[in-house]
Amino acid sequence: MRAWVPILLMLAAPAFAQGSGPTPALANRQLADPAQEAEAMRLMHSLRCIQCQGQSIADSDAAMAETMRAEVRQQIAAGQKPQDIRSWMIDRYGEWVSFEPDIKGSGLLLWIAPFLIFFAAIWLARGLFRRRT
Amino acid sequence: MNKPWFLWIPLAVVAFIGGLAIYGLAVPKDDQVHSAMIGKKLPAFSLPAATAGVPALSSADMADGKPRLLNIFASWCLPCKAEAPHLETLKAAGVEIDAIAVRDKPEDVAAFLAEFGNPFRRIGSDTEMAVQLKLGSSGVPETYVIGGDGTILFQHIGDIRAEHVPMLIEKVNAAK
Repeated sequence: MRAWVPILLMLAAPAFAQGSGPTPALANRQLADPAQEAEAMRLMHSLRCIQCQGQSIADSDAAMAETMRAEVRQQIAAGQKPQDIRSWMIDRYGEWVSFEPDIKGSGLLLWIAPFLIFFAAIWLARGLFRRRT
Repeated sequence: MNKPWFLWIPLAVVAFIGGLAIYGLAVPKDDQVHSAMIGKKLPAFSLPAATAGVPALSSADMADGKPRLLNIFASWCLPCKAEAPHLETLKAAGVEIDAIAVRDKPEDVAAFLAEFGNPFRRIGSDTEMAVQLKLGSSGVPETYVIGGDGTILFQHIGDIRAEHVPMLIEKVNAAK
């Protein structure tokens, strides 16, 4: 019996302290159709995990990400377009959930800001290129 | 000598960015992802009973004219245990509470209720967390105020603490 004590001590108790219940079937199983799976995968890389907020749902092992992956695969398998699934997520979680902001509202500013800054810089620097007389 | 006005632009830009930084420090950080479903009708769902002895839950059950709370919990979730006594307080105050158990097994739900009490009228079992996504919920535990016509009125993210109880009672009463 005493020989078992060190072995028991080596088991990390916290690892067993909190589970997260059974995983949805499609969370970690690919779709049978490779084209559909590729489409789902592309979308999963551009949706943000609600729980571990810096990661995409494709990268995360959080319970919420698993659920979102299962939902994406389910909807793709049902013939939904990726753009529609993205809108479905945005309807529930807001623009925040998408890593690809729409070209409208505050998203519009994000898209055109680089061009604005570029032209403003040229305008500011134009004096430097003028020939001195 | 008069300097041209545009020499001030870089200073203005730096001042603006500095101002943003100070604003960012002053405003408390909100990491929570709030549901975009507030003000909308509950999505249609029909969940099986989470454990024997407590009725199942469908969206139709919650549109019977009475406002109530919808609690999202799981037997494996620690803060859900912490909020259990406050749910009992809410029930004692006459608030009707329905619940959805996510990714849970019937025997685990039964053990959870046996240990922490059952303040719930109905408990639906959402093993795939599909209804949770439909609600725009960001995790467990979470509590929604549902109007008598099935409209989602309010979302409380995280466990209910003692200080949240009066606010939730007021919100349910205001919906009557």
